Amino acid sequence: MSKLIKLDIEDVPSLPRHAKLRYDHARKKWIINAPERVFELDDIAGEVMQLINGKDTLKQIIDKLLVKYEDAPREQVTDDVIVMLQSLADKGFLTNE
Amino acid sequence: MNEINKEKSFSTPEKKSKTLIPYAMLCELTHRCPLSCPYCSNPVELELKSNEISTDLWKTALSDGVKIGILQAHFSGGEPTARKDLEELVSHASKIGLYTNLITSGVLIKEDRLKNLYDAGLDHVQVSIQDTDPKNSEKIAGFKGHQKKIETCGLIRKVGLPLTVNAVMHRQNLHNLKNMIELAVELDAERLEVAQVQYYGWALKNQTAFLPTREQLDKATTIVEEARIKYKGILAIDYVVPDYYAKKPKSCMGGWGRQFLNITPAGKVLPCHAAESLNFLNFDNLKEKSLAWIWEHSESFNRFRGTDWMPEPCQSCDRREIDWGGCRCQAFALTGNADATDPTCEFSPYRNVLEEPLSKAGTENPDFIYRKYS
Repeated sequence: MSKLIKLDIEDVPSLPRHAKLRYDHARKKWIINAPERVFELDDIAGEVMQLINGKDTLKQIIDKLLVKYEDAPREQVTDDVIVMLQSLADKGFLTNE
Repeated sequence: MNEINKEKSFSTPEKKSKTLIPYAMLCELTHRCPLSCPYCSNPVELELKSNEISTDLWKTALSDGVKIGILQAHFSGGEPTARKDLEELVSHASKIGLYTNLITSGVLIKEDRLKNLYDAGLDHVQVSIQDTDPKNSEKIAGFKGHQKKIETCGLIRKVGLPLTVNAVMHRQNLHNLKNMIELAVELDAERLEVAQVQYYGWALKNQTAFLPTREQLDKATTIVEEARIKYKGILAIDYVVPDYYAKKPKSCMGGWGRQFLNITPAGKVLPCHAAESLNFLNFDNLKEKSLAWIWEHSESFNRFRGTDWMPEPCQSCDRREIDWGGCRCQAFALTGNADATDPTCEFSPYRNVLEEPLSKAGTENPDFIYRKYS
């Protein structure tokens, strides 16, 4: 299993091989498939996950979100995104390697 | 196999939808298996090779599964690697977007085949280990293959596939639970399923040999709780307790016909792998009906769907949409009435049927009745 990680703003997050993101047409939402688990994402979580490409840092991902949600304060978006992604990382479904 | 956990990670409110959307399909490709574990989850009446459905029919079922919203396909058996078309089926499932999981004993597979499965898009492998003590492990499995299983786990990690160790635990191996957890860590598994035997089919025949005492169970629970803290971030441990000792029944399959379907080697579609024990139900076959039709319209899937079928005390219980009345197969096996409240519920009028097996727990050691073709 991936090591227990603490996400940092300069990290490049990615999904490990056993976690897969895709759009599900039947449920009309983004989901993450993992062993014996399915994470159903709401619209915002789906958008954040789609920006995770194994190249961009967390900071760059937040920059992209701020372009789209220009009224949202950076601090709040940063906090929300980190809390959400850290929760996935704690379960072993996100890495920074 | 475990029930599918539906996790709402980002506080999504549940949308009420009229048509239920299944999450997973268990594809029992064959009942053939070199092992003969006395608690096998296959039905007592096993299907012969000559009754197994074709590669094309499996592919159609997988494609139809995606259309009705299935997200994960579990390839199981028997021993699924006994089917030569496994790679082709995994490749097909992966291409159409299914998350693919191989559930195997690990005794028939070599490195080149694992590499081929990896290339075919396999996402995850689950290997069963019967005990950490090789002699006892082979006694329980009825097959000399313990060392091979350990080697297979190493090869799975070597080719880059994530691994879950499935440990079915019971009175004959619970004393090695700590070793089992350490073995899973050594094997670099991501997950360990500590699954206590559930008693229907073959396991019910062997209940006296397997049902642990309350003391053994409590000790096991403590070991699991401690290991979860010790190995946080290293090994995830799923823990299933024997429901005879519970006050509330398990939410079997997350509710009948709600999240899950099972396809037998002969092409029958079932709401759970044990459902054929409900011998009064008619189960439709993929040779005659489509998967979508069976999921939505068949008699068998609608028989215990929702809450309308429920008797009291289920009908007025505030947990009726949490545990969905418990397990239908268990209710039928223990009371002869498939509509009855699961006897493992503290409010069941049939709770007393558990007294005899529980009083016998730990007192006798009968020989195993091994799984075999009749």
